[in-house]
Amino acid sequence: MTTHAARILYCHCAFARVVPPEVKAAVLTGLSEADVEFDAVPDLCEMAARGDARLRELAADGPLKIAACYPRAVKWLFAAAGAELPERAVRVWNMRVEPAAAVIDGLLDRDGSAGDAPVAGRSL
Amino acid sequence: MNSADRATLTRLLLERGLEVSCRQDAAAPPGHDPSLAASVLVANFGGVRPPAPASGVRIVDSEGIDPASLAVAIEREADQSSGGAPAAWKPWFPVIDYSRCTNCMQCLSFCLFEVYGVSAESKIQVQHQSNCKTDCPACSRVCPEVAIMFPKYRHGPINGEEVKADDVRREAMKVDISALLGGDVYALLRDRSVKAKSRFSKERDDERALKERQSCLIALQRDLDVPAEVLAALPSPEEILAKVEAARVRALAASETASLDTKD
Ligand code: SF4
Ligand code: SF4
Repeated sequence: MTTHAARILYCHCAFARVVPPEVKAAVLTGLSEADVEFDAVPDLCEMAARGDARLRELAADGPLKIAACYPRAVKWLFAAAGAELPERAVRVWNMRVEPAAAVIDGLLDRDGSAGDAPVAGRSL
Repeated sequence: MNSADRATLTRLLLERGLEVSCRQDAAAPPGHDPSLAASVLVANFGGVRPPAPASGVRIVDSEGIDPASLAVAIEREADQSSGGAPAAWKPWFPVIDYSRCTNCMQCLSFCLFEVYGVSAESKIQVQHQSNCKTDCPACSRVCPEVAIMFPKYRHGPINGEEVKADDVRREAMKVDISALLGGDVYALLRDRSVKAKSRFSKERDDERALKERQSCLIALQRDLDVPAEVLAALPSPEEILAKVEAARVRALAASETASLDTKD
């Protein structure tokens, strides 16, 4: 299992069907097959509503790649929990609209976006 | 454990409301805050139980266990550490995009369920998330700046999609909310003139306002996608008027404090 420079966070959006289940399954499979370290949470919305301290820890822990939904929603969900995401160090892939392959490639730096401008994932 | 089983196990645990950290070194907790360390450690110990780690972390040996049985065992251990499973509340609540919000307090005035409040600095806040009526996005439509999101909503920009100029025009006040609330709340908030105040009090007593409110409820359901059960659960007209009055006072006080702060 390998560690990435940026921490990887996967949101399962457990309480709603807004993220296609097949995309979630493919992204989870892709992460497991790549044998990388990652964190997976049932539902970022629910954590934000509880003001979960883990969101503050994730926001403060350096570069972060997030597979969830719209970057604007993710940014302000973290903010609602008192966790300000550092804009330059965070990128978000939107599993509601992006194909699983693009999400995986981005999370694993296979899309050539490790350095500068994001190709698939969006900077905040 | 092979990657397919690991993916299945992760999904099963997430569906049970458990957070999962996949780590190379099982003993190394993610992050730096020890209070956020994992409560259950799962690894293939080959049937040889390792010594219990510090701080009450429970151990599950995955040796020879299929993902479904493993998920059950992990859930049991996690329940013992945390004292029970989390409530199955669908996290449906407004999320404010403060880069757009102008602190106008219209959402505070509009919401009948006290979801909104103000901070000590008179800044609008979502304070009682669980009061929010599931699947009702109505307050996001009231916001003139399209600053309120419901991330689990079907359509943009309420779901968090980027806001376009057209959205701002389209989403702006689809129904006459002031009639719904039984008075010209927004004019009152905007100019706070004596004239506006007397108009508000007259209209509140007017039966016509109540009729308009009823027709607005129908418009709300149609245009703002308010679920029928939310409308059915609305308090009585008297209770609504009392809540509106309380919200109006709160909103006025907050916006007056905010404008004083700005002047300072
Ligand atoms: S952050 Fe987005 S993907 Fe995650 S639970 Fe909320 S709506 Fe679902
Ligand atoms: S209605 Fe919109 S702009 Fe006004 S305070 Fe609420 S979120 Fe902010």
